[in-house]
Amino acid sequence: MSHVPPPISESAALVARDGAALGDAEAPVLDVDRVTKTYPGEPPVKALREASLTIGPGELVGIVGPSGSGKTTLLQLMGTLDRPTSGRVRITGLDVATMADDDVAYLRATRIGFIFQQFFLAEHSTALDNVADGLLYAGIPVGQRRERALDALQLVGLADRPHARPTQLSGGQRQRVAIARALVGRPAIVLADEPTGNLDQATGQSILDLVGQLHQAGSTIVVITHDHAIAERMPRKIEILDGRIVADTRTASPDPS
Amino acid sequence: MTATGLPARRRLPASDLTRLATIGLRTRKLRAALSALGIAIGVAAIVAVLGLSASSQAGLLAEINQLGTNLLTATDGQSVTGGVVELPTAAPAMIGRIGGVQQVQSIGIVNGASAYRNPHIPTAETNGLTVQAASVGLLEALATGVAQGHYLNAATAREPVAVLGATTARLLGIDRIYPGERIWVGTQWFYVTGILNPAVLASDIDTSVLVGYPAAEKYLSFDGHPSTVYLRAQNERVDAVDNLLAGTANPEDPSGVNISQPSAALVAQADAKGAFDGLFLGLGAVALLVGAVGVANIMIISVLERRSEIGLRRALGATKGHIRTQFLSEAVLLGLLGGVLGVAVGAAATSIYAHTKHWATVIPTDAWAGGIAASLLIGALAGLIPAVRAARLSPTRALWSV
Repeated sequence: MSHVPPPISESAALVARDGAALGDAEAPVLDVDRVTKTYPGEPPVKALREASLTIGPGELVGIVGPSGSGKTTLLQLMGTLDRPTSGRVRITGLDVATMADDDVAYLRATRIGFIFQQFFLAEHSTALDNVADGLLYAGIPVGQRRERALDALQLVGLADRPHARPTQLSGGQRQRVAIARALVGRPAIVLADEPTGNLDQATGQSILDLVGQLHQAGSTIVVITHDHAIAERMPRKIEILDGRIVADTRTASPDPS
Repeated sequence: MTATGLPARRRLPASDLTRLATIGLRTRKLRAALSALGIAIGVAAIVAVLGLSASSQAGLLAEINQLGTNLLTATDGQSVTGGVVELPTAAPAMIGRIGGVQQVQSIGIVNGASAYRNPHIPTAETNGLTVQAASVGLLEALATGVAQGHYLNAATAREPVAVLGATTARLLGIDRIYPGERIWVGTQWFYVTGILNPAVLASDIDTSVLVGYPAAEKYLSFDGHPSTVYLRAQNERVDAVDNLLAGTANPEDPSGVNISQPSAALVAQADAKGAFDGLFLGLGAVALLVGAVGVANIMIISVLERRSEIGLRRALGATKGHIRTQFLSEAVLLGLLGGVLGVAVGAAATSIYAHTKHWATVIPTDAWAGGIAASLLIGALAGLIPAVRAARLSPTRALWSV
């Protein structure tokens, strides 16, 4: 490719219309190709050993493994928050290894949504502004950010509380705000790290139901968990142990709920 | 151009940056206020010192203007051989004939006469006072007046009557006038009829005992030579009069006449007074330095506390540059906050003090603009290291380690 990079507004418009406008529309959403991650130390820790997986558009995948199995490292690499020691990670066909840090950041801003166990909401901001911040670094003007944040809040069932602060919301509601923030940029893929880890059983269930609905509506979602029962309900379950992918199974029933 | 076709540079608009930069200020108000306080104190000290000296200078200049800048004096000069060249007795009358001269008054030092509280005081204790003959219109020309009693008039100028300069009265221990008040001048009593206000334009009057010309000649064997001629010229002709003055006052020896414009000397003095107080400026600079350390300290703590926010922002797509800019802006904003607060306090202090002194409040542009600029610079310098540390924080460590 040798054309001049489009200005921010244009690229933002492209992303707004179609999350996969840049890169290869035919490519899988996420392609992890023989990825190894070694952390320096004495002795060095091999967190991932030649792990490979491919996730297509619209999939809902549970990645399950005990603590220390390398699942968090895998999430960090899939989310481009870290770079692999060897192997390739491609997001919508774009090879992260060939990209500059700032471009990878833009990739995160436009293609990847994150959901964390601890929510990571800004307590001084309203639910709406927390969600709108999901678009801050994608170069979208503030008016549009708010509009789309309201849409996203509607999607997670919080349309009636846009001006509530996180401290005024329950744990489940907070996680819904965080999910709305992950979805607001219509990312190609959403990565959830133990999304129910800080919630009680019933609330966790409702969050998983929401994840199922979002999957039904077409989102591509990867849920990382240590809980086999949760992964069991996903249409596709990937098991990871000692940095290796040991099983990749698809169940007949695509509906987790 | 990157291989991916992604846009290369993405800057946040100013409105978003402002919102991000104020997060720390909005969520930790007391902490922000305290860290800005150091800078505020420094800027306030500097602004107040510069403002006070400028205001006092403006006050002096206003006073000088009120006294009039058109007063010229011609005084006895020195000859090339070092002797005193006395002004001719006719000098005041001659000067009065120069075009543009409005008033001419004079005083003449009465040689050999000293003033004492009473005849029992040893003659050596003159208190440094001079006895001078003075013309009756002197006070108007000097734009001063009597503090108590009356000045000389055509009648009392012929009698043994004295009027005391402000300092003279204090040195002689006379603080008010009552009938029969008298002092010993030369070889006889003189009745005191008045005490003068300080004469700003002719401060030698303050240490004088003034008597009338005829009285001085009659009782103190005064020779009638004026030693200083005071004249008021029309404002637009002061320079022209100045040029003619020496030649007119003493046509025989123009170089033996000293010409001066008292207001010009006072203006120079006022300018010198405007020079600021180095000590307080130094203290202000130290406070600024302490303020800078405070801001740097707060920013480093802030970066530590906000690790998860930094990690989250990176996950949401913020570049290292975005994070660096956010924290640098916050530090600059803290500095600016301190600077604005400091200028306000410094200006208020100046204004209050100037008001009590009846001066016009003057805050030099250099002072407030410099104060703001310095606080911005200090904020930027103090925020540099914390901002770089925030940007370098790895997103995985920021999000996954507690």
